[in-house]
Amino acid sequence: MSTPKPITEDDVRHVAKLSRLHVTDEDVHHFTGQLAAVLDYIGKLNELDVDGVEPMVHPMELVNVLRPDQEQPGITTDSALANAPAKTPPFFKVPKVLGDGPSA
Amino acid sequence: MNPTESTLIELRDAIASKAVSAVEATRAYLDRIEAHDDGIHSYHEVYTDRAVQRAQAVDAGDVTGPLAGVPIAIKDLLCTDYGHTTCSSKMLANFQAPYTATAVKRLEDAGAVILGKTNMDEFAMGSSTENSANITTRNPWDTDRVPGGSSGGSSAAIAADLCAASIGSDTGGSIRQPAALCGVVGMKPTYGRISRYGLIAFASSLDQIGPFTHTIADTALLLKVMMGHDPLDSTSADVPVPDDIDKVDDAPKNLRIGIARQYMSDSNDPAVAAATQQAIEIYKDHGAQIVEVDLPHTEYGIPVYYIVATAEASSNLARYDGVHYGHRTDKAADLIDLYCRSRAEGFGDEVKRRIMLGTYALSSGYYDAYYDRALKVRRLIANDFESAFKSCDAILCPTTTAPAFKVGEKADDPLSMYLNDVYTVNCNLAGNAGISLPGGTTNVDGKDLPVGVQLLGPAFDESRLLKIARIYEAATKYYVQRPSL
Repeated sequence: MSTPKPITEDDVRHVAKLSRLHVTDEDVHHFTGQLAAVLDYIGKLNELDVDGVEPMVHPMELVNVLRPDQEQPGITTDSALANAPAKTPPFFKVPKVLGDGPSA
Repeated sequence: MNPTESTLIELRDAIASKAVSAVEATRAYLDRIEAHDDGIHSYHEVYTDRAVQRAQAVDAGDVTGPLAGVPIAIKDLLCTDYGHTTCSSKMLANFQAPYTATAVKRLEDAGAVILGKTNMDEFAMGSSTENSANITTRNPWDTDRVPGGSSGGSSAAIAADLCAASIGSDTGGSIRQPAALCGVVGMKPTYGRISRYGLIAFASSLDQIGPFTHTIADTALLLKVMMGHDPLDSTSADVPVPDDIDKVDDAPKNLRIGIARQYMSDSNDPAVAAATQQAIEIYKDHGAQIVEVDLPHTEYGIPVYYIVATAEASSNLARYDGVHYGHRTDKAADLIDLYCRSRAEGFGDEVKRRIMLGTYALSSGYYDAYYDRALKVRRLIANDFESAFKSCDAILCPTTTAPAFKVGEKADDPLSMYLNDVYTVNCNLAGNAGISLPGGTTNVDGKDLPVGVQLLGPAFDESRLLKIARIYEAATKYYVQRPSL
């Protein structure tokens, strides 16, 4: 496996977009240098031959955890909305998504 | 008796025998917080009225249990249906959880009095509490220095006797590292031992709740109360908790202590090396066999961790959208802009770095090179431990390479901060149990600073690990050392 090429400012802009994080040019510059240093250190993993090694995603090799399909008390609508920064009960409120709003 | 100078069990027994009332004990801690926490900043929120009411209920006999009347502090990422749960983030500054974490509920069902929530690195990402959006907690031994992190508020609170015990969480060392830097016992149980229900998620395959105390016996009691399967957390282990877990004085026979050269680096601070060496001698004197074990992939733990933990964090923290709860920008042009600006305003730089790093590692074109490769090396690290535990009962090593560093010393260098976890992180990757013990102090610039000694044990055998730890504690009694405030 070849080492990926170093992270660029354009990569960081792309990743910020995927991460839904608004970034300024100054942020991009700052984060690119820091992430490059961390990724360089992570490149150490390329020293190892991992062919044939089973990936370990979790300490417990769980499959599905099921429970009987029985009604149980859950969170109420009022409680779910209690921390909403904007709401029109029983709904969460968001800016206009359809129509003449700017496209995403 | 002075309630703030006793161990948790001594205090519990004194309350049970009416030598001291639960209200007196709670007020003694509240007074001490009032008097000393301004210089330490271990608490973010103190529940004075609620704590006193709970203590009154204990004194009236309405609340009973193995922790009746004992005042405990909890890390500010454990949800309670009272007060705020903020993760020391601007994102959750006003968040009031609709339910209580299972671990906290079990403490309260056992009679504990929750004093308040402790400061931490934002979303548990850090090793110093300097990433808190609120304030940096100070090390009670030297307030120019950090208490460690991310559970630094919890470690500072117990070290300064501002609670009888505290609770933290450990994703890569966030209980054990601050325990070492503050001179207290801090334990990360096996992954899955304590329910994560109500623990605000950072990295779900690594996060584990655990206690900070002065003594092993106190830790054992808290584990006995908190551990065990919880139907509300599908990753909580359905493995019975041994009845004898709190019989910490039953020293195991034919003990084999493992030493791994990978943890005995020349770069360890001399005081750290000396503390580890002293621990080896203590186990030898006890009759234990000292065996060399090999953990050849140790040095790859930090790189694996910073892929696995950030990948999981990037997914877990996607829920903070400015819509359902948490910070919402007032500058949004449209829905996507609402997400992006709310998150940019609500998260601090370290959280942003980790979300971006994790997103990058999972993104198209990089998944195989980073994430998949990290998971394979994670397997190699877990295999190292599995074979090591065939020839020993526990691995003895330092918790950190050095005592507490100064506030600001590493704040602008993320990589150097990450390397703090070099001796703790592999235990999380493998899912094993680990405990940091007070290993005495070393004088630096005229201040006594604690160092930690760590024991790592196989999964689901906390009971034996605590008994092994108790041998060292009984021989050293370092837990009696306290900072002067």
